[in-house]
Amino acid sequence: MTNGHEQAFNGTDLAPGDEHVGGGSIALRVVGYLTGLGLAILLTATSFFVAGTDLVWEPSIPVALVVLAIAQMGVHLVFFLHMTTGADNTNNVLALAFGVLIVMLVMGGSLWIMANLNHNMMPMDQIMQMQR
Amino acid sequence: MSTIALTDTHHGSAGRDWGGPAPKRIVTGYGFWIFILSDMIMFSAFFATYAVLLGQTAGGPSGHDLFNLRNVAIETAFLLASSFTCGMASIAADFRNKVWFQSAMAVTCAFGLAFLTIEGREFADLVARGAGPTRSAFSSAFFTLVGCHGLHVSAGILWLLTMMAQVFTKGFRPDIQRRILCFALFWHALDIIWIAVFTVVYLLGSAQ
Repeated sequence: MTNGHEQAFNGTDLAPGDEHVGGGSIALRVVGYLTGLGLAILLTATSFFVAGTDLVWEPSIPVALVVLAIAQMGVHLVFFLHMTTGADNTNNVLALAFGVLIVMLVMGGSLWIMANLNHNMMPMDQIMQMQR
Repeated sequence: MSTIALTDTHHGSAGRDWGGPAPKRIVTGYGFWIFILSDMIMFSAFFATYAVLLGQTAGGPSGHDLFNLRNVAIETAFLLASSFTCGMASIAADFRNKVWFQSAMAVTCAFGLAFLTIEGREFADLVARGAGPTRSAFSSAFFTLVGCHGLHVSAGILWLLTMMAQVFTKGFRPDIQRRILCFALFWHALDIIWIAVFTVVYLLGSAQ
C-alpha cells in the first residue's frame, strides 16, 4: 500500500514552474532561487562589461554576448522555472524544445533570407532612377 | 485466486501513473506553458524584424547614438530582482503564508512599476529627441519590440494586483493556487524575454 502510494507520486508529471515536492523545505527552495539570482547577476554583469570594454578582441564581442544570453536563459529556466531532465518533466521540456526549434527557424530563416535579398538586390537609389 | 489477481491488475492500470486524467494543476500549468512558448514565438518574429532593420535608419539616429546603457542596466536589475521576489511569493503561496505572499507580491509590483517608469521615461526622451517610432524603420522596429515587452509587463502587473486581491478575499483555494502558478510562469518568462531584449536590442544594437 505504501509502495503504491509512493509510486503514484513518483510517476506523476510536474507542472511547469513546479519544484519537485520531495524534501522541499523553505530554506532549500529559497537557496535555489538565491543561486539562480547570483548566477543571473554574474552573467548580466559580464554581458554589460563585455559590451563596453576594449579588453576583448572586438569581432568576438557579439558572439560572446549571444552565448552569455543563452547561458542566462538556461539559468532562468533551471532555477526559476525548474526545468529539469527528470522523467516527470518530460512533457514540459519537449514543449520547450519544440518552441526553441520554431524560434530558431523564424529568426535564423528571416535573417538568412533578408541578408540574401539585400545582397542580390540593386541599391534603392538605382531602382528609383530606373523608374524615372 | 484468479479474481484477486484480476482486480489487482485492474487497480494497477487505473492508477495515476498509467491511466486516468492528470491532476488539474498539471493540465493548467502545461496549457499555460504552451501559451508562453507561443508568446515567445511571437516575440521571435519581432526580434527577427528588429535584427533585419537594425541598419535601416534612413539617415536618422542609430542605436549607438540613442541608447543609454546605464539606464538599461538599472532596468535589468529591477526586473531580475522582481523575478526573485516573485519566486519568494510562489514559495509563500505553497506554504499558505498570507503575510509573506502579500509582501513579496507588493515588492514584485514595486520593482515592475520601477522598470516601467524607467522604460516610459526612455521612450518619452527618444520621442522628444526626434527619434520616435515614425523616424525610421529601425525606430519602428525598436518601439514595436521593446514596447510589446513593456505591454506584457503592464499586463503582468494588472494580473499581479488581481492575484493579491483574490488571495486577500478568497484565500489559497486550489483554483487560486493554479492562477498563482500561471502568474509566476508568466513573470519569469517576461524576464527571460528581457534577457534577449537587452542583449539583442541594447548591447548588440549599440555596438554597431
